This record gives sequence, structure tokens and C-alpha cells, in this order.
Amino acid sequence: MSDDQDEIILAELDDEELTLQMHDDLYDGLKEEIEESVHILLGRGWMPYEVLTKALVEGMRIVGIDFRDGILFVPEVLLAANAMKAGMFILKPLLAETGAPRMGRMVIGTVKGDIHDIGKNLVTMMMEGAGFEVKDLGINNPVDNYLEALVAEDADILGMSALLTTTMPYMKVVIDTMIEKGMRDDYVVMVGGAPLNEEFAKAVGADAYCRDAAVAVETAKAFMLKKHNSVSA
Amino acid sequence: MSEKVTKLLKSQGWILADGATGTNLFNMGLEAGEAPEMWNDQHPDRIAALYKSAVDAGSDLFLTNSFGGNASRLKLHNAQKRVFQLNRIAAEIGREVADRTDRTVIVAGSMGPTGEIMLPIGTLSHAGAVEMFHEQAEGLKEGGADVLWVETLSAREEYLAAAEGIALAGMSWCGTMSFDTAGRTMMGLTSRDMVGMVQAIKHRPMAFGANCGVGASDLLRTLLGFAEAEPQLPVIAKGNAGVPKYVDGHIHYDGTPDLMADYAVLARDCGATIIGGCCGTMAEHLTKMRAALENTPMGPKPALDEIVKRIGPFSSEFDGTTEGGPERRERRGRRR
Repeated sequence: MSDDQDEIILAELDDEELTLQMHDDLYDGLKEEIEESVHILLGRGWMPYEVLTKALVEGMRIVGIDFRDGILFVPEVLLAANAMKAGMFILKPLLAETGAPRMGRMVIGTVKGDIHDIGKNLVTMMMEGAGFEVKDLGINNPVDNYLEALVAEDADILGMSALLTTTMPYMKVVIDTMIEKGMRDDYVVMVGGAPLNEEFAKAVGADAYCRDAAVAVETAKAFMLKKHNSVSA
Repeated sequence: MSEKVTKLLKSQGWILADGATGTNLFNMGLEAGEAPEMWNDQHPDRIAALYKSAVDAGSDLFLTNSFGGNASRLKLHNAQKRVFQLNRIAAEIGREVADRTDRTVIVAGSMGPTGEIMLPIGTLSHAGAVEMFHEQAEGLKEGGADVLWVETLSAREEYLAAAEGIALAGMSWCGTMSFDTAGRTMMGLTSRDMVGMVQAIKHRPMAFGANCGVGASDLLRTLLGFAEAEPQLPVIAKGNAGVPKYVDGHIHYDGTPDLMADYAVLARDCGATIIGGCCGTMAEHLTKMRAALENTPMGPKPALDEIVKRIGPFSSEFDGTTEGGPERRERRGRRR
């Protein structure tokens, strides 16, 4: 067992070992180790997009599963997301240069009247962790904020959050306005927040209810896949 | 002041706390997005009516309308400079209502979370949090609160900061957390963790427990977790009246007064001695809860399946206090 305590030399691991080690290091929220590993893989000639998907996004997917299953909690997830972000910071300019495919773009915000943001922030971090670009509108958003940002950001997904039973009906106002303006079908609408449920999401006309940040990521990925397939078909 | 709590626990054996604040205020016309604390100043009559409705329904203790009255929350309404004043008024109105009642009624100064995540994961420092809780505590003390009441917390660090801030104001306090994520708090604390944490605090609360969370069933399971850890302090139970449902464009909590009465009796059987409701709990629930507590003899601790049968299902299979729950995955090893 004492050998197991030995320092890991990341640069000595082969590609496969290193990728697995990065999944572990994300799980443990080790930011500096993630940065080092990203540099090593790039130095070995990996495409930035490969580093992103095989090492970082896959690692965060595992974190997401254990968060969903009540094994990891907010502190661990925030640490993992922070480590992921540090890796992403290195990759971002390189991804743009190499013309890597886009994972998807999301506009997110807490609805009008509601000032709670921990859940929304968590979704933002997990979505970024999954490689999505996220425009966070913050708290207390009237319908116009959402609609303007969707257009300005050329977004694929709208995410709305509410923690209060008194504010969640506002989601319907936003969706009804989108229908009125003929833009509802251009976006996937996902909703979440402690008092919501599946029935509510259906009742207000959302595409999906996401019970937590991990589900939000999986749902968004599934929708993006569907979208890509329908475009290429 | 706080001896009232001890005395009443001794003479009556239990204390009936109050129900919802937010749900009731919305029914009185509070708009979503408005800070309820502003009403202390703008509509003191409505706040007095809220307190009185709990007292009239039989509550021995009620919480002041100051849940979001810390600098961090009030800043969202650009009222961070009014912390002391809004808290003082919240307690003053309570003091008046309590003193006009011909039995002992305890005014508990409500203090909710800062809404910030603390260092090292978040940005709020320990000193910053202590200062916020201290400031709020001073306002509630000045207004005449009998005891301070920290509630709906999820982080250990924040609970400890609250204890320190309250110690600086020289007040007694009670403190509850919200167990809403797979039977734990959002930050991952189990019921057993909380007992250990509370008992190691220098300025210990006079009672601790659980409030809000998911539904009454989950809350009872949390109480069993407390009991298992053999706490040396009185236990508080303030559960929601069921879970919110969306019916015809309105939100409605599905816990009936009869269900909450059964919950109150079960909470006592699970070891709680300070019992009340949280979101969705109205005066009619409290009346039935009081009657049930008065007319039902103590029973044995219920088993988990008994709770499910009488109150409803749990939101998760495990709550982190028993063997067999999900565990962290095996790492390749050498880091930790």
C-alpha cells in the first residue's frame, strides 16, 4: 500500500493512463494537476478538441453521475468544475484556432421575481464543464432579457430557474412570449429549480424538466445530438 | 429571555413552533421578488397579523419576519444599510404580539442563510459571514427577541459563523438546517454530521434540528438520524406541509392539516420536542398539530416503513447515515 502513496509523475503516464488520471483528478478537484495534464497532452500532439472531450468532458460526466446519484455534493462539484475551468482556459483559444465543433450555446437565468442563484450557477458550471458556452443572465430576469440574449448569443438552448413557488409560473410567460414571436421552435427550453417537476414543465410548455445540474447536462447533450442529426439528415 | 424555552419544555414537554412565513405573506399580497423584510417597515400591521395568526392557532413560539435580513440578501434590494433597523422592527412587532398574549409565547429572531458560498470553494470569508450574522443579531436583540433562530442552512462553515456572530451579540440561539439533497444538506452534511458539529460548538445552540427540505417524510427520517447519534440537546422539527404541486396555474402544498397533525405526533415520537411547520403550513395546520400533540400519547420511535405508510415516500432511498448507500467511486489510487 505504501507504494500507492508515491507521488504520481503525470508526464510519465502514457496517454491512456494520463486520461484516466485526469478523470480522477477532476473527481478530486485538483486544478493544478489538470492544468499540467492538459499541457502534457497538447505537447504530445493531441488536438485541443480531443483533450476537451476525452479528458475533461468525460471526467466531468463521471462527476455528474455521482452528483446525480447523491454521492458527490455541491462542494465537490464546485471544486471539480473549477479544475475543469482551468483546463478549459488553456484550451479555449486553441479550440477557436483549430475550428473545433461547437458543443452548443445556452442562455440561462433565474426568472423575474426570483433572486436565488446557487442552483443556476451550478448548472452553468456543469454545462461549461461539458464544453457548452453559457451566457449567464443572473437573477430576476424579465422576458425581454431572455429573448434578447437568445438572439444576440445565437443560442441553442434556453435554461430558466426558479426556487420559489410564486415565481415559477413566470416560466410560462417567457415561453408564451416565444410562441407569440414565432421563435419557440428555434430553441430547446429546459427548466429547473427545487419546487418544479416534470408535470409543471409540461404544463408551461418547456421541452424538459431537469431535476439537477447533471440531468441538465445530459438533456442538453441529447438535444444537441438530435439537432445535429436532423441538420445532416 | 431564553429561559422561557427551557421552562416551557419542562412544563409542557414540547413546544409548538409556527408554520410558514413566506407562503402566508404571499397570500397577504406580497409580490414575488419583493423582500418580505421591507414589510416590517411598510406594513407592520400585516406582520403583526401574521405573528398573531400563529399564536391564535396555538403556537408557543413564532419566528420573526427577518429570514432574509442579512446584508448579503438585503443587498439584492439595495437595502444592505438597513439590516439593523429592519431586524429591530421585525422583533419589536413580535415582542408586542407576544406580550399581549396571556400565556408564554416566545419571539424567535429568524436568521436565514447569506446565500453565498463560503471560502475556499466560494467567495464569502469566515470573518465576513460572522460580521453579517452579528449585525443581524444585534438588530433582533434590540427589538426584543427572546432567542435567535438560525434556519435553512446547508453549510457547516456558515452554521459555525452564525454561532460566532450570535455569541458576539450575547444571545442564546437555536439553529436548523435543510436536508434537501438525497437526505443530506445541499453541501452534503448528514443528520449525524450535524449532531457532531453542533455539540462541538463553543457557543452552543440551545436546540438544533431540521427545517424545510423536501417533505414531511424526509424530515422525519432526518430526526431518526439525529436520535441515532444521541444528541444532548433538544431537537427541532419544522417540516414543509407536503410538496408543492402545480394545479391550474397555482401552487399548492399537498400536505393537509390532518397529515401535518400526524407528522407532528410522529416528530415527537422521533425525538423532537420543538415542533412546527415550514413552507405551506398555515394556521389550520397548526391548530390540528396542537390538538394532536395534546391528545395523543407518546409512541415508540416509528420505523421507516411506518413513516412511508402514514406520511408518504422519501425523496431518496438513502440519507448517508446507513450502510449500503451509494459510495464514492474507486480512484486509480494514489492521490487520496
